[in-house]
Amino acid sequence: MQIEFELNGADVGANVEARTSLADCLRDNLGKTGTHLGCEHGVCGACTVLVNGEAVRACLMLAVQANGEKVVTIEGLSGDDLSPLQASFRKHHALQCGFCTPGFITTAHALLTSEPDADEERIRDVLSGNLCRCTGYVPIVEAVLDARKFYAGQKEKA
Amino acid sequence: MKPSAFEYRSPTTLAEAVSLLQSGNGNAKVISGGQSLMPMLAFRLAVPELLVDLKHIPDLNVIRIGDDGVHLGAKVRWCDITSDHRLVRAHPLLAEAITHVAHYQIRNRGTVGGSLAHADPSAEMPGIALACDAQMIIMGSTGTRVEKASAFFTGPLQTTLEPDEILTEVHLPAWPAARRWAFEEFARRKGDFAMAGVALFYDLDSDGRAVDAHIGAIGVSDCPIRLGAAEAALNGSAIDEKTIAAVAATARSEISPPSDIHAPAAYRRALVGTLLARGLKRSVR
Amino acid sequence: MRVRNSYIGQPMERTEDMRLLRGRGTYVADVNRPDQLYAVILRSSVAHGKINTIDTSRATQLPGVRHILISADLGVVVPKIPLRLQPLPQLEPFHQPMLADGKVRYVGEPIAVVLADTPSIAEDALDHIDLDIETLPAITSREQAEAMPAVLFEDHGSNAAITWKAFKGDADAAFASADYTRRETFKVQRHAAMFMEPRGFVAEWNSDAGKLTVWGAAKTAWYNRRVLAAALDLEVNAIELIEVDVGGGFGSRGEFYPEDYLIPAAAKLVGRPVKWTEDRREHMMTANHARDIECDVEIAVSRDGRFLGLRGLAWADIGAYIRTNGSVGPRNVAQYMSGPYTFENIDLKTTMLTTNKTPSGTYRGPGRFETDFIRERLIDLVAKDLKIDRVELRRRNLVADSQMPYPLASITPYDSSTELDSGDYHAVFDLCMKEFGWAEKSKLSGKLIDGYYHGLAVGSFIEGGAAGPSEDARLVLETDGSLSVYLGSSSVGQGLETIMAQIAADATELPYEKITVNHGSTSHVKNGHGAYHSRSTVMGGSAILLAAEKLKDSIREAAAARFGCAAGDVTIDGEQVACAGKTLALAGLSDVPLEVEASFFNKKYTWAYGTQAAHIAVDPGTGHVKVIDYLSVEDVGRIINPLTLHGQAIGSIVQGLGGAFLEHLVYDENGQLLTGSFADYLMPTASDFPNIRSITLELKPCPNNPLGTKGAGEGGLIPVGGIMANAIADALSHLNVQPMELPLSPARIWQLVEDAEAIRAVA
Repeated sequence: MQIEFELNGADVGANVEARTSLADCLRDNLGKTGTHLGCEHGVCGACTVLVNGEAVRACLMLAVQANGEKVVTIEGLSGDDLSPLQASFRKHHALQCGFCTPGFITTAHALLTSEPDADEERIRDVLSGNLCRCTGYVPIVEAVLDARKFYAGQKEKA
Repeated sequence: MKPSAFEYRSPTTLAEAVSLLQSGNGNAKVISGGQSLMPMLAFRLAVPELLVDLKHIPDLNVIRIGDDGVHLGAKVRWCDITSDHRLVRAHPLLAEAITHVAHYQIRNRGTVGGSLAHADPSAEMPGIALACDAQMIIMGSTGTRVEKASAFFTGPLQTTLEPDEILTEVHLPAWPAARRWAFEEFARRKGDFAMAGVALFYDLDSDGRAVDAHIGAIGVSDCPIRLGAAEAALNGSAIDEKTIAAVAATARSEISPPSDIHAPAAYRRALVGTLLARGLKRSVR
Repeated sequence: MRVRNSYIGQPMERTEDMRLLRGRGTYVADVNRPDQLYAVILRSSVAHGKINTIDTSRATQLPGVRHILISADLGVVVPKIPLRLQPLPQLEPFHQPMLADGKVRYVGEPIAVVLADTPSIAEDALDHIDLDIETLPAITSREQAEAMPAVLFEDHGSNAAITWKAFKGDADAAFASADYTRRETFKVQRHAAMFMEPRGFVAEWNSDAGKLTVWGAAKTAWYNRRVLAAALDLEVNAIELIEVDVGGGFGSRGEFYPEDYLIPAAAKLVGRPVKWTEDRREHMMTANHARDIECDVEIAVSRDGRFLGLRGLAWADIGAYIRTNGSVGPRNVAQYMSGPYTFENIDLKTTMLTTNKTPSGTYRGPGRFETDFIRERLIDLVAKDLKIDRVELRRRNLVADSQMPYPLASITPYDSSTELDSGDYHAVFDLCMKEFGWAEKSKLSGKLIDGYYHGLAVGSFIEGGAAGPSEDARLVLETDGSLSVYLGSSSVGQGLETIMAQIAADATELPYEKITVNHGSTSHVKNGHGAYHSRSTVMGGSAILLAAEKLKDSIREAAAARFGCAAGDVTIDGEQVACAGKTLALAGLSDVPLEVEASFFNKKYTWAYGTQAAHIAVDPGTGHVKVIDYLSVEDVGRIINPLTLHGQAIGSIVQGLGGAFLEHLVYDENGQLLTGSFADYLMPTASDFPNIRSITLELKPCPNNPLGTKGAGEGGLIPVGGIMANAIADALSHLNVQPMELPLSPARIWQLVEDAEAIRAVA
């Protein structure tokens, strides 16, 4: 099936099977390998992308369901320099092997964009949908808390 | 863990969707949020030949609140319920229960209709529907029908939905402002399926005794159940320590919970009693 | 001489983060080769059985299916996975064949490899392969393994593979004369490393050049290359294993698994690149399991609270085969049960039992998590019986600095002995108590507050590191003056690129920004060993120090040639060389890069050590445990990067909490794995354990390596199981609840409370 959608601000198309997940389409058809597959059954969150500004698990969405939508991946949240959120992760050593990291960045970005005042409990609650095996989460939470100041005053969805 | 192959259609009307399901001859499934269906496809526990996506069908994502209660369209998502602050007053039990559902990303996609049609015995929405005497509005090839929640859930992951039927709306009866209620569940981690959960409400008569008690339980049977004996023990009593203990004991003895790797039957049984007691205590305001 | 650089000890932000944060890392699933085929593995769904027939004819007819590899394709004899560690001849019967060879012994055992145009088609093909397997009784417990309704290895004749014995002094005499002894049985559950990136390989065979390239290497690439070469009958130099970014290992990834051979073998057979990635369900039944033990042990103590001896038996359920390092955990249970305490008399035996489950291997702190649970529980039980404060009891028995080096138990067979190297265990213990606020918090022991009973516990631990025998480093001073470092160490996410650059910068006095670290691939150095047993900083770092000295010699010689003076008269000052008043820049000093290689040899383990304390609260109605405060204090001798070390400590503790409360690989009586996804195998999440603190110290440098550092990073989880169980016992002491088994699930705690209340009711 031929699908068309907006990816990281640009119009893209792909020819996929109906059964192809959005995650596999992004990775295999469109070369966006920053979205990772940790479980393929919707628990680990490593595949988190933004669809119409909302954080979703790309492994739980069919590529065909993204037809006509706006998708943003970690590549779309990254530039020549680290974003303030990414820099905060680096400062707080909020990643080790880095495999879960794109999922955390994307989820945290979605959260802080709509809730820049999120407190620690809310941050932990939202991040509980992303698994990390290396860090024990403490530095990730610290990094997200520290990044809130960059999102203050921007209460619209990405 | 790639799914087996299937066809995909995203019709623009309910009638078309029903017709497509009919053409599937029992091998077609509805997809909307996909949060329950996609893992089943990944594990090849479901191998449909056709998926019918409700994506383009309008008007199924409306939350309508009126004198007759709360109407949730099948495509209403968990995040829609959380962000609709009217529900905190219009149906506080629903609003509270839904805060326990899954995780952030799932809440952006998972739907009321999907959860009800999937009928996981530990899921919150089926428990609320049953506890609150909800009515399910269902459309199929023979037209539209209304089914009481008490008849809708028939077993683990089983409902009375025919292969060509789509759940379009669930209607929760009106909620009196003075109603007492509580929702208590216990899961291994936040957002996990509950090992047991209790959704309860009752009204008070002029003597301050409970009437019309509804106690629904999830995670303790093949599907959500009403604890009829516990309700009977609660009705006509004041909500004091003695009543709470008696109601909890009755609940424990009336259920036949399953054992699984997370919770043996004896533990689940005790857990229901504990959650019910805590809920009743909390309901006294 | 002025010290130019002091990057060691600095909390440098990591260089790897620049790519990993932006999704620009390359993990093996991101590697693609032209014209590649995708592999999916047919795995046994039967735990124990004889393969009568495999019929792939229906599957090969599916459009897009290119080839299906079965054991007959692998040669007359199906190659087996040798043991990398403790390779005793008597363990050979238990080696795993690369593909099931006539028999299947665990659910998940590979039977065939399907190669197809897409992973989906390959997976479709699985259902079209007809297998006739005659099922045999499944052995799924110690009782069954001993009763033997079936035997996994008929030639061996029993399900007991080997018994390791740890011995010291004279345990029987010590127990015979002891004032007090206590005997208990403990169990630790099967769980696993569960790293987030599933395993994978991309293999490509260049028949013209006779060269095999494999992406996806990790941990022990040089050893794996030798094994692969032997199994494929190739020269070692014909194979290159390339390490890309690696999503966690924790001791499990990178050991030689069947797929390490099957994917390259498939590529060689069909002449096209082959790509394979496992999915999570597959991972749970194929990557090494760990920690499954039962232990019947007794402790002997003098009346005044001096530990005298440990004696007992342990049974390790190691699954269906002994793989590369399957003996390490079971051995460690016996050898390290004494931990940081003085025990002069030890007689502990661990028997490895084969069962129809996934084979086991090392997982962070192998054997140590289990053995510390046992020992710390025993200590609290002893304290209660002897009415000695459990803090004081520990202080009384911690090994003193003056007793170092302090020998631990010896192990036989594959004899090895080790000794604790250096440390002020008491100082760290006391610091932990102070930082934790033990005196104040202990007033809460057993108190019921808002429906929760509060409890405290403390425990001390040792963490072994720096396994030898050696590690290689190659330094290349490029013509532009930058430095390329090539290491035999492997990255599994521990920040190797940054830490080794810090060490290299200090050793060579070159600017940190001009140093690039390359790691893990077999083309990088002649003889690497890799990352395991917390060895990279000590071994790789020390190799860099040696190589840096050699590089300075090379620089002086190159400069001498340019200056026309003697090499001994050349001085190196940062990026310049000087002789008799003339200076030259290192950039362009030589027309070709200056390259040196060095090996660091080491036979002595390092022993980091520490103490942890915790405050928890238990809800007896649900069995829920809240971890209110958790503090770990550890001395690692010398800290290279406090940021990354702290990160590993926290991460390790949380893994330990996962092992203490949540994680469990459960089998039914037919050998079916019931926990096959993250829905049932429960990992800690961000909302579970928010209150973790860690302090790392540089109190007592290690005398056995030039850096003075001790391997660290595994330690955090080692005492967690014991401390959590002790804290729960403390909280519920009014009921005398005594947890003897992990995990401390809500249902288990509830049951302990029920049983205790029932006893109290009739008392």
